[in-house]
Amino acid sequence: MAVGAARPVLNLLRLSRLPIYTQLNLEEALLRATKDNWLIVNDGAFSPSIVIGISGRPAELVHCKSALESGVPALRRFTGGGTVVVDADTVFATLIMEGSALPDVECFPQPIMKWTEQLYRPAFAAAGCKDFGLRENDYIVAGGRKVGGNAQAITGKRWLHHTSFLWDYDPARMALLRHPPKAPKYREGRGHDDFVTRLCEVLHPEHGRRRLVENFGIAAAEMGFAVQERTLADAAPALSHRPLLLGTKPLDLREFLQ
Amino acid sequence: MALRAFGSLALGNLGLQAQVMQFAGATAMRAYATVEKGYKYAASHEWAKVDGDVATVGISDHAQGELGDVVYVELPDVGKAVKKGETFGVVESVKAASDVYSPISGEVVEVNSLLVDKPGTVNSSPFKEGWIIKVKLSNKGELSSLLDSDAYAKECEKH
Repeated sequence: MAVGAARPVLNLLRLSRLPIYTQLNLEEALLRATKDNWLIVNDGAFSPSIVIGISGRPAELVHCKSALESGVPALRRFTGGGTVVVDADTVFATLIMEGSALPDVECFPQPIMKWTEQLYRPAFAAAGCKDFGLRENDYIVAGGRKVGGNAQAITGKRWLHHTSFLWDYDPARMALLRHPPKAPKYREGRGHDDFVTRLCEVLHPEHGRRRLVENFGIAAAEMGFAVQERTLADAAPALSHRPLLLGTKPLDLREFLQ
Repeated sequence: MALRAFGSLALGNLGLQAQVMQFAGATAMRAYATVEKGYKYAASHEWAKVDGDVATVGISDHAQGELGDVVYVELPDVGKAVKKGETFGVVESVKAASDVYSPISGEVVEVNSLLVDKPGTVNSSPFKEGWIIKVKLSNKGELSSLLDSDAYAKECEKH
């Protein structure tokens, strides 16, 4: 940001255990129905869910029969990217930006990701992890282990980038997902347990999660934003905007049984 | 005196052309996206090619290069009304779902169904086989507010 320029306002919304379906609808409403900048941190989803990207084919990405038997619901979100399974041990961080707030960041995927790395790296460092970084299109720690999934939606000169950081995960739920058809080069053929890591094994098991959640907002302030705390009551009116077509929808996996 | 050699290198699938300028002891490369003459452009990187009352619409070479590998194109229904400056579809690439805006108003008369199975055609042929929709124009006057190829090329150079 230009030295001496007025600091753009970043609305910080701290949540805990908001259902992922509600979170995604709220995010898309704030993206499409407001011109404001937002940082939303949801510390854990209310309940487990499989979340598939805008174009994902459930039969190719999910063991649908097992998922139905497990009772874990599935939904399709409005952003691109792959499939994740989220639960109370997933820490969500979402950035919604007006392009004019970051004039040096082009509203295209790679520049946006590079910028988010600059924000998340100091937050991770403050929480005790000094080797957080971006590799290809993933966030990694410990020299190459993925710590979450991320995806974007870009509409004109506004963009949204959201990440599900894995504080911990249930291997049985993770096994509901099929191996994606394409893997990043840096995976180098590694099995899931060598490719993905839990943040509870990287950060302090008692304080690390709290410090990470707290430091997202602090890192944004240090990058030059005027961070203002907001509540759900401040954000929710965006959902009443008309017309508002939201792209997150529940999926009935019975339709995709092979 | 510096030695210079010029060559042009077509980077096929990406649709980029680069001029390689060689100086003694150093090599400099400037890559720029193709801008087709005879097309009209929106600042949001969509193009329109008019033939009578129908305009073919797609995204520019600059846009496809910046988006990365396109893996999905959400097409509108034939018969849908589109309005200049409003979104008519989505292109997915590198985990991003990007809205695509119509540069003109009218009715969708055809969509490029090739993109259903081969979305990467948007990358390999953004101005030809990678077209997205065809629109019967409702207001030809809107074309005058679009950029010609030179003006659009200048717009891209700002980035």
